[in-house]
Amino acid sequence: MKRIEVIQNVLEANETIANRNQQLLDRHKIFTINIMSAPGAGKTSLILQTLTRLKNRLNVAVIEGDVASTVDAEKVQGEAKAVVQINTGKMPESCSLMAAMIESALKDMPLENIDLILIENVGNLICPAEFALGEHKRVVISSLPEGDDKPIKYPLIFVDADAVIINKMDLLPYVDFDIAAFRRSITGLNPEVKVFQLSCKTGEGVERWCSWILEQVETNATKR
Amino acid sequence: MHELGVSENIINIALAKAGEAQANKVIQINLIVGELSGFVPDCIQFYFDALSKETIAQGAVLHFESVPAQLRCRGCSTIFQPQDTVWACPECKGQSVEISKGRELYIESMEVE
Repeated sequence: MKRIEVIQNVLEANETIANRNQQLLDRHKIFTINIMSAPGAGKTSLILQTLTRLKNRLNVAVIEGDVASTVDAEKVQGEAKAVVQINTGKMPESCSLMAAMIESALKDMPLENIDLILIENVGNLICPAEFALGEHKRVVISSLPEGDDKPIKYPLIFVDADAVIINKMDLLPYVDFDIAAFRRSITGLNPEVKVFQLSCKTGEGVERWCSWILEQVETNATKR
Repeated sequence: MHELGVSENIINIALAKAGEAQANKVIQINLIVGELSGFVPDCIQFYFDALSKETIAQGAVLHFESVPAQLRCRGCSTIFQPQDTVWACPECKGQSVEISKGRELYIESMEVE
């Protein structure tokens, strides 16, 4: 019997594809955001709000990841330049999007006519934290009914986030969500993180989030 | 929940390395798994057994070495292991911390013949 040294990251295969995706996106000058949250936090609503505000300024495409159904894709169909639905229920893994799924979704998109891709990941705060997709920014949505302890229970997804959105701010009078404690937890884990408080229902605060996207798209374009 | 893909990757890496070493059989694969990574060792072994059938890795034992979470306080640089879910520095009580260990998932070595 002999021992061989290996020292190889098990997730390297995913990361290799993610890097390839990012190179492809950069070649086409497409800025890409990976939107992650628990089910029901408002990923689709945020995408719809974003599309409404940005569709006259940018060509926005959406990649929808869900275990099953096309309901989310149908909702955004009318507003987006292109929509691709990925159903992970048919795949070997259903809990998160992975770089290879994005790679094949990109093949179905008119990349030359797109400025921004919003990727709606599968609703889950655990698995998506482990899989890079090739995105430029990672965004996590937490909504008030979920409670303010989620960064303590699921730290990894918040550690790697570029921005965190506190959604459903219109419910603040009805729920016990300590905004200051929540913000302390996330900035403790991730001092650089950008935080947005908004309500997709009323539209309050969404403008600021959209301005941030426009800034990011611009910064990313000048970097290249 | 995503252990199937992880198991596939482990087999692909193991078979490639065993091939390079001209081995006939993979006996054991030694993995390092951080406590904070969301992977379940029993589940990885289960998929591994199913996927490795009729390969030279069939019957191989996966040995998992768990790496405890280790945090570093951004305020006073104290390195500590979190005692509960609230990640506060035991020295200065600061809650601004970074993860220095506990996210690993890699194959460290293999035993082959």
